[in-house]
Amino acid sequence: MLSNIGNTLLFLNILLGIFIIYLSFQNLKNNKVSISKNIYHICLFQSTFIIICFLTLVIAFIISDFSIITVYQNSHSLKPFFYKISGTWGNHEGSLLLWVIILTVFSFLFLLYSKNHSKNYRIYSLIVQNILILGFLFFLLFNSNPFSVILPTPKEGLGLNPILQDPALAIHPPLLYIGFVGSSIYFSAAIASLLTNYSGKLFAQSIKNWVLISWSFQTLGILAGSIWAYYELGWGGFWFWDPVENASLLPWFAMTALLHSLIVLEKRNLLYFWVIILCLLTFILSVTGTFLVRSGILNSVHTFANDPSRGLYILVFLSLMIFASVLLIFNKFRNSNYNLNSNSKETFILINNWFMIFYLITVLLGTVYPIFTEVLTNHKVSVGPPFYNTVIIPIAVLFLLFMSVGPQMKWIKNKFYNLNLLFKILVASILINFSIIYFFQSYSLISNFIIISAIFLVISSLADLYKLFKKQKMDYSRVISHLAFGFLVLFIGLNHNFSLEKDFNLKLGERKKFEDYSVEFKDLRLEDFKNYKAVIGEFKINNFQKNLDKSLYPEIRIYENPSTITYEASIRSGLLKDYYITMSNVDRSDYYNIKFQKKPFMMWIWVSVIFISLGGFLRLFKNAKKDY
Amino acid sequence: MQKKIIKLFILSFILFIIGVLFISLNKNSIYDTKGLVGKKITKFGLDHFSENKMITAEDLNKNNFTLINFWASWCGPCRDEHSFLLKLNKEKNIQLLGINFKDKKNNALEFLNDLGNPYDHLARDELGKHSVNFGIYGIPESILVNRDLIIIKKFIGPISRNDYDYIKNIVRE
Amino acid sequence: MMRIKIIIFFTILNLNIVNAEIFSVDANEIFKNLRCLICQGQSVADSNSEFAKTIKLVVRDQIKDGKSEKEIYDFLIEKYGEWIVYKPPFNRVNFVLWLFPYLVFVTGGVIIFLLFKKENNH
Repeated sequence: MLSNIGNTLLFLNILLGIFIIYLSFQNLKNNKVSISKNIYHICLFQSTFIIICFLTLVIAFIISDFSIITVYQNSHSLKPFFYKISGTWGNHEGSLLLWVIILTVFSFLFLLYSKNHSKNYRIYSLIVQNILILGFLFFLLFNSNPFSVILPTPKEGLGLNPILQDPALAIHPPLLYIGFVGSSIYFSAAIASLLTNYSGKLFAQSIKNWVLISWSFQTLGILAGSIWAYYELGWGGFWFWDPVENASLLPWFAMTALLHSLIVLEKRNLLYFWVIILCLLTFILSVTGTFLVRSGILNSVHTFANDPSRGLYILVFLSLMIFASVLLIFNKFRNSNYNLNSNSKETFILINNWFMIFYLITVLLGTVYPIFTEVLTNHKVSVGPPFYNTVIIPIAVLFLLFMSVGPQMKWIKNKFYNLNLLFKILVASILINFSIIYFFQSYSLISNFIIISAIFLVISSLADLYKLFKKQKMDYSRVISHLAFGFLVLFIGLNHNFSLEKDFNLKLGERKKFEDYSVEFKDLRLEDFKNYKAVIGEFKINNFQKNLDKSLYPEIRIYENPSTITYEASIRSGLLKDYYITMSNVDRSDYYNIKFQKKPFMMWIWVSVIFISLGGFLRLFKNAKKDY
Repeated sequence: MQKKIIKLFILSFILFIIGVLFISLNKNSIYDTKGLVGKKITKFGLDHFSENKMITAEDLNKNNFTLINFWASWCGPCRDEHSFLLKLNKEKNIQLLGINFKDKKNNALEFLNDLGNPYDHLARDELGKHSVNFGIYGIPESILVNRDLIIIKKFIGPISRNDYDYIKNIVRE
Repeated sequence: MMRIKIIIFFTILNLNIVNAEIFSVDANEIFKNLRCLICQGQSVADSNSEFAKTIKLVVRDQIKDGKSEKEIYDFLIEKYGEWIVYKPPFNRVNFVLWLFPYLVFVTGGVIIFLLFKKENNH
């Protein structure tokens, strides 16, 4: 029954999509100034139906309707309620439905909120966006249908992977999708802009809030993923340069570049074609990312199950998008005259874009390189963290310095530099770095540089903040994001340098001493939970120097549906550092292998990212207040 | 004219990338070491299973072919390939070196008593460290080498009927 | 005055070189750079699999024997292929990977530089 409702609604939405495109072309032909009311109504129906369709699937998960294949493969009657719901989008088919919701709802909202803009531009945006919607709906209905039925109805589901039963992971896809799926709307708007020659300041104004929304949510989405990895995956890291992580980072680089270039387009009516390229690139990267992740061509700890037919469909769709975009740009490109003074804010925004493109190309290249070597030379190569860190970090040192100076620049021409102040800040940064590292321990040259430039950015931003405060200006969004970014790099650098990791074997009752710490294996017990059994260890951590006494309880969890073993880390998060222990048993022995980690400033890494995105939200609210 | 060349270049580049992605869709992304043939196995010293001596490269240089087989009593698929190993043992041109991997002596002996001992030489690698010298990453795994200890073929997983026929053909030439 | 400032600047900057040290071979760093071949995208450092445990033993032995990081990686690459290390070795096949990003970086810088030349020539 639910399956029928779901399928009907999907089919209905395909019809609505086609109808909207038809009505849109009709509207283009007539001479009226405004868009006819019935288009608004159809769009509202479209959004409503897709949401109901999604809720249908959610209900199917909640009541454990195993006649639906997706529910059968990804859920279980014993699963906790919250995770039954989040299981809806924790699989390929369900998450695609989430894609379609974002595409559809954003389409409607863009139509609603762009009333001050050219009619033809809005109509073409609607047309292109609906073509995207139809593309995904066809994919859903004919290849990856979340409402496919299995008969006879199984009595029980295959269960959801226990690693995916985590609050951070539950919220991770919705956040990310508002991010990179939301970028579809300015992809469509960019094409519409090219087709209708609606450019310049007005175009920038029509999309800037959308770029802000997608950028802010994308930032939070990436954060949620990292938090999940840190707390759930048990290795104490939060970023592995895994292909799936990279897939979410690539659109973020493009969005950040776009965010900055939009400012130039709006203020000075420059860089129009570059902005268009970035708009198109962001969503193209989003679809590319989804292709890489779901087609099974990449090896990753995060992959969905493999199915080449999915990959084929997405690749065809992606190719069409790319060719359409490229051909349109070739057709419409006009060379403009740029009068750029090297001493201006525009230049520094261009510099930001320059670095973003560098990061983008590096991460993209690293991610797809193994695919190319395998096809071209039949040779498999791994590209992992050492590559990305080695290539990106030295350039990032420069980037942070530019970031400190850029925002202070005036538009068009900067009359004077406060070189003196900059110099003082640089010296202060170096001295601070020296004292930090000298009193605690010594590290690689590059860590020193990245920490120095991070401190430089932090101090410059604080000075900037103070200036704004004195002038009683109310717009702190840019400073907050930049300051938070500086802190982020600083805390990551410090965390990397001052982390402690110890891997050793211990028997119950034994104690291991190293440096100032001692770890005692105090207790071991077996406990039964709703859908798993757990072997829980109790470890007492002592630090005699600091009068520290903490207990940690890592677990080995044995799940039945599906039959899996997971290792749950026990983490004690503190203001200054986290203590992290994972425990695994050693085969055929009474020993347990213990990994103990001390990770400074983890909390501040998360907080910094939240503030980066907060800057985006603040600017969004300020814009919304002004316009509406 | 210059613009046309640039456009053509960009389009061909994109076509190339999409082409590669399309081809890669049909490729298997699970890695294996089957391609690492042609290399020579250099000096190694394995503990003999029961006697207090070492098995080294010299022991294998006398044979035309040797099949080096890593196995353990706790390994299910090892039972599947055992019949083929016994058959291969009867072949003239090939000797079998069995390396018992991360196993207890009693369990290993029981396994051989139950299923038969196909090995001309039997060694043990209790900690598993020697397996790395042979490029082993799971069991069962077997390597076919010639007199000069050059790797002819690697068998990942249990020896199948096809593998058995292949080896038979090689050694009978 | 300016000259003195520059001298002080570089002195303080160089003091930080004091903070940089060359390390002895760190086993954990090597484990992080090795792929666990039977796991889905985990390093040897993070994996509890049999393979990871074996590799850890072998690498520790080699460190004790005084082998350098490069020698250990080369050994493992010879036995298991380039797939096992996360840092792609810099050879004829991989130089594209290592150099292309910097090529892009330099190109970008050149483009921006050319954009100013136009204005400054007015």
